[in-house]
Amino acid sequence: MKIACLSGKGGAGKTFAAVNLAAAAGKCRYIDCDVEEPNGRLFLKPEGLETLTVSALLPDFDASLCTGCKKCVDFCRFHALVYVKGRPMVFPEVCHSCGGCALVCPAGAVIEKPRAVGVLEQGRHGDVTVITGILNPGEASGAPIIREAVSRAQGLSILDCPPGSACSVMESAMEADYCLLVAEPTAFGLHNFKMVCELAGLLGKKCGVLINKQDAPYEPLESFCRDAGLPVLERIPFDREAAECIAAGEIAAEKLPRYRELFIRLLEKIGGGA
Amino acid sequence: MKIALPLDEDRLSVCPVLARAPYFLFCSEGKENIEENSAAQAQGGAGIQAAQFLVDRGVGALITPRCGENSAQVLKAAGIEIYKSANKAAADDLTAYREGKLEALSHFHGGFQGTR
Repeated sequence: MKIACLSGKGGAGKTFAAVNLAAAAGKCRYIDCDVEEPNGRLFLKPEGLETLTVSALLPDFDASLCTGCKKCVDFCRFHALVYVKGRPMVFPEVCHSCGGCALVCPAGAVIEKPRAVGVLEQGRHGDVTVITGILNPGEASGAPIIREAVSRAQGLSILDCPPGSACSVMESAMEADYCLLVAEPTAFGLHNFKMVCELAGLLGKKCGVLINKQDAPYEPLESFCRDAGLPVLERIPFDREAAECIAAGEIAAEKLPRYRELFIRLLEKIGGGA
Repeated sequence: MKIALPLDEDRLSVCPVLARAPYFLFCSEGKENIEENSAAQAQGGAGIQAAQFLVDRGVGALITPRCGENSAQVLKAAGIEIYKSANKAAADDLTAYREGKLEALSHFHGGFQGTR
């Protein structure tokens, strides 16, 4: 079972939820899909790290075969290709590695070459296999790394998704069996929460809500969940002790029994309990 | 040599942007013609697309107030000279160009969207 942790707003507690779910589950895989700034590893501190380079394909052109028909340039909807002085030219940061140019070239002049865009790190934290996608600085798209990371899911897997509700979030949650929506009970939190709910709905995912950092119920969030038929599975109070745990790089479910119980309960409600 | 200029909606003034200018003015051997810029509505990669448009039209020199890095890379590869616009009216820029009063554009900005 693949459980994706999403939130819309950054800082709502996706990583807190994902790391603690993984720690409470014991035997599982934790997959950090927030490849621009993966931070689950700060808490899980994986050991015995192995690293794998992840590449995206980039077109190269064989000038001796190119007939100058420009079909590749016309096909590219991202306008990553130009045809200047008798040869095609590619803008690597605009290319989405779709492979279309190679498909439409009638002369077979397009050769796709792998270009390193990041790495996948794998290690262990007790019985938790920790997989971290890391995008190289300056790269425009993390999608190839997220795809590779998600493909490593096995048995119970917790997918720690990027913030927002754009392409990288979609890529992370696409294969999930369940979306755990982490909500922050604030106006800003609710605004972005609605966007990520809409995305999960479009993807046809089963969803449940974890409200984090709650001091009192935030009525707009409560009524939104009620109206949308979203079950609120658990509520985490605004808690100094949990915050101290996070600040020290520790995992609440390993340090504080009440968090261990909460996350085991949450896992059972989701249906991912061992 | 064919000279190009980005034109604004009024078809007379120089457009402050290049890739998403609504029109381009082409001037070749004293004859002028205006064409719509097909890159103006592009979702992304407008600079690259607009530069391709200019290359395809066989432009030898471009007069523009601004030019992005991606466009510049294409234009330079095609050997197109890039001059900095110094006037509001396109006609004045063309005159200044003929009198050799325009300076080469030396600053190229990063993209606004689609790429960085």
